[in-house]
Amino acid sequence: MRKGPLVGLANVRYHEGIPLVSCWGKVAEQVKFNFTGPFLAGLAKVVAGSSVRWVDSHPDTCQRIYFANHTSHIDAVIIWASLPKHCRELTKPVAAKDYWDRGWFRRYLARSLNAMLIDRENIKVHRSPVESMLKEIGDKYSAIIFPEGSRNDGTNLRDFKSGLFYLAKKRPDLELVPVYVDNMTRILPKGEYLPVPLLSRVIFGPPIWLENGEPKTDFLVRAREAVSRLRDV
Amino acid sequence: MDLLHASLSTILSAPLLAQQTAFLLDGATGILLGVVISCLLIATGAGQILRRQPDSSVNPAIVQAFIRRVRAWWLMTAILAVTFTIPSPVATVVLFFLISFWALREFITLTPTRLGDHRTLFWVFFVLTPAQYVLVAMGQSQYELFSILIPVYGFLFIAARIAVAGDYKRFLERIAKIQAGLYICVYSLSYAPALLYLTDWTDPEYSTKSTAGLLFYFLLIAQLSDLLHFVCSRLLGKNVIAPNINASRTWEGFFAGTGVTAVVGAMLSLTGATPFNPWQSAVMSIVIAVMGAAGSMAMSAIKRDRGVQDYGTLVEGHAGVLDRIDAICFAAPVFFHLTRYYFTTASG
Repeated sequence: MRKGPLVGLANVRYHEGIPLVSCWGKVAEQVKFNFTGPFLAGLAKVVAGSSVRWVDSHPDTCQRIYFANHTSHIDAVIIWASLPKHCRELTKPVAAKDYWDRGWFRRYLARSLNAMLIDRENIKVHRSPVESMLKEIGDKYSAIIFPEGSRNDGTNLRDFKSGLFYLAKKRPDLELVPVYVDNMTRILPKGEYLPVPLLSRVIFGPPIWLENGEPKTDFLVRAREAVSRLRDV
Repeated sequence: MDLLHASLSTILSAPLLAQQTAFLLDGATGILLGVVISCLLIATGAGQILRRQPDSSVNPAIVQAFIRRVRAWWLMTAILAVTFTIPSPVATVVLFFLISFWALREFITLTPTRLGDHRTLFWVFFVLTPAQYVLVAMGQSQYELFSILIPVYGFLFIAARIAVAGDYKRFLERIAKIQAGLYICVYSLSYAPALLYLTDWTDPEYSTKSTAGLLFYFLLIAQLSDLLHFVCSRLLGKNVIAPNINASRTWEGFFAGTGVTAVVGAMLSLTGATPFNPWQSAVMSIVIAVMGAAGSMAMSAIKRDRGVQDYGTLVEGHAGVLDRIDAICFAAPVFFHLTRYYFTTASG
């Protein structure tokens, strides 16, 4: 593998001298710099008027799992856009494969946002979501996940699914950073497709880790607390 | 070929024509702008001197607030001056549209609405707000529709649209909140750029001048009265008007500030940027000062109810757009109507 320029705008990987540009997907996958990603990030920031706060926490390029409350379709984009550029390049939002792999446009969007598509239907022993997520992030990338599983109604956080616990157990070195996204339910509620441009907030909290021998339910409750506590800071 | 030539020459000459007829920054406005810029230079200098004084009796937090305020005024003056150099009032209308849009955003963000209001809000943001400013830009010919679109048709529509959405919980409260936001942030504020389109002045001498001076005069008096109320309250204040709403606004400050504003207004009329003679200008300044104070009080009441310090609390602790324009929002319709009734022939 060597790298080379493609019409001056991006680095494309070459495989045995042949550029890997056989289809759109491949281009988006191989192109290190794309225009759609920053454009979408900017657009989402404008639409959601988001302000970012780091509470007892700082942006860092070390490997992290950002876990957040899930209230709207653009949550992942907003969190991703709220990260500084050098962190954003190393961060992959997790998206449901059954939704984001349908149609070329959604696939294209998912690729430009650096998203990893996780199968939540076709789960097998060696292809569990946690396994494939860990494989995707390797020892370089961070991930944005929504442990509630699906969007809440905006008033209360749902109980967290156990994925976060197994992630923490398999990779105890990852920093688990709680994120609270405020007001997104009102900007784009469940079942609506037109956003109303109100102002939102993205709050990053201090990282947590799985304690030695901490039971699953205790950990999940603690993680949920870490997110909901950010609402009031 | 001829057609191409004709259309090309139209395109080329159009901006030139516009520049001759509608250039906003004329001599009188220029003088007014000059006065403001010199005042700002003095204020900036004073701020810097105060900051460098190591053991002054002035509270450093107040000096910092003062410097920040002066900086905001520089920004406002610069934006307005640049807009006025664009040879069409439409630029100013667009500027005020953006301010309205952002203020409404802050207002609705702090106002609890329910999921059932989502579509209504979409209409409010993307149909009613732009429509109001399109009517402003259409000038005096659309005055009637401009003045009733939101408070008549808009308000009826909001009530009906929320009812259709099917959520009856706190129905009246929700309608009132959205209507109040639209009324204050969009309808009232849109009277400020509408000043640019006033015509048929009873004073023939003023007809040759640019109305940009009038808008600038209005904004200046509104901001100045806000500052004077604050300063006079600090210097003379004893009886606080409503301690639960604003702890620093006093009756003494209100009367003294309004009086000083009237004097400054009378002097500013000498620049010739307004159709007013000195005593008319003094009366107009009093009206703006009183309405401005009323606006600040009303908007503070909403803030206190929602338990926030500023509308911009969401945005990194800065004061929001709405905190800066609350006085203008309340004063603009009154100033517009008084000017239109008494200084133009449009009211018949």
